[in-house]
Amino acid sequence: MGALVLAEGEFVAPGAKDFDLGPIFGEGTFVTKPMVLAVLAAIIVAAFFVLGSRNLKMVPSKFQFAVESVYDFGRNNIAREQIGSKDFRPFVPLVLALFSFILVNNLFGIIPILQFPTMSHIGFPLALSVLVVYPVYHYVGFKRHGFVGYLKNQTVPSSAPGFILPLLTPIEFLQKFLINPITLALRVFAAMFAGHLLLLVFTLGGEYLLLEASAALKPVSIVSFLFAIALTFLEALIQVLQAYIFALLSANYIGMALASDH
Amino acid sequence: MLNTELVLAAEGAPNPVVPHISEIILGLVAFLLLLWALRKFAVPRFEKLYEERTAKIEGGIAKAEKAQAEAEQALEQYKAQLAEARTEAAKIRDDARLEAEQIKEELRADAQEEARRIVAQGEAQLQAQRAQIVAELRAELGRNSVELASRIVGEALEDEARRRGTVDRFLAELDAGGNGAAGSRN
Repeated sequence: MGALVLAEGEFVAPGAKDFDLGPIFGEGTFVTKPMVLAVLAAIIVAAFFVLGSRNLKMVPSKFQFAVESVYDFGRNNIAREQIGSKDFRPFVPLVLALFSFILVNNLFGIIPILQFPTMSHIGFPLALSVLVVYPVYHYVGFKRHGFVGYLKNQTVPSSAPGFILPLLTPIEFLQKFLINPITLALRVFAAMFAGHLLLLVFTLGGEYLLLEASAALKPVSIVSFLFAIALTFLEALIQVLQAYIFALLSANYIGMALASDH
Repeated sequence: MLNTELVLAAEGAPNPVVPHISEIILGLVAFLLLLWALRKFAVPRFEKLYEERTAKIEGGIAKAEKAQAEAEQALEQYKAQLAEARTEAAKIRDDARLEAEQIKEELRADAQEEARRIVAQGEAQLQAQRAQIVAELRAELGRNSVELASRIVGEALEDEARRRGTVDRFLAELDAGGNGAAGSRN
């Protein structure tokens, strides 16, 4: 479709339609590129950790050191820091999986050929936040404090003065049971969507300037491509950051649900 | 023209904020499988490694402490042995000195006894020789005196009894005179 438009000589800015990639195995099948990427990411992460943890040595080899560094980051810097050294152990696999799975999916956005961040399709982050993180933290909270105890723990801040509670409690409730899981998913979705769109704008814009614009304007395409390259580096940073934030906030919600004091 | 096309394109595209159900299911399944793999294989292995490392570090510290305690004990033992050896050496030295003293005393006593014995023997021998000489001299003197007297007197004093009496008389006189002279000299 884009090629058609370009052939007619009019530039159409990239938009939401560019994220609707359609079936990759031809019409009639429903497997799309982000689906393949999500499965690929799961396989890569699983292989990285399962193969990397075979034959662990007291003194690590180079590969073991790399795997251990990632594991250590998820375990100590995210899970233990947010949940507390007493309760964090059962949640290490979850936090580690969230961080590494989202990280690899995000990085697909700048890896040549793949070049599509899976998380820019909101279905994937929603699955992780609403169907995984949300049930987990409320489940452990209810289990730890009991039904009423947990509701009170989550919605009635002990430090707030009494007269403000009628106002504060509904807000807290809304936040804990509705807003947190949605924003968790939206944050990474929006960042990936916008980032990919930016890259598209500068790349397609550069292409259009180079191929279709008048001779005087053609050199400007270089600026456009340079911007695309610079933004790729920025995207790399944002992709890592978003994966970190997602895992960090998930661990934070779990930690708050388990904490005895609000 | 451009605007209408854009609007058309936007209308044709699905709303990006509306999730695809298939993607939710697929994302969930892929993630849960990954989570299962990590929980089942990777995490237990890493946790075991962490525990082993902790145990090894703590074990190393315990081992070092034990070695230090052993070294201190050995030092104590060595010092005790040294002191014991010193007292023993002193004791042996004292004993040796005592024994030497004793041996010296015994030797001295033996030597004195021997000397006394030798002196006594010599004295006895001298006494015997003296007695013999005196007897011999007495016999000689008697014979000489008789010879001289017979020559002077001119008669042979052949008669045994007379001769003996004469000699005895002479000697008695001689003894008395010698004693008197000695007594007067004293």
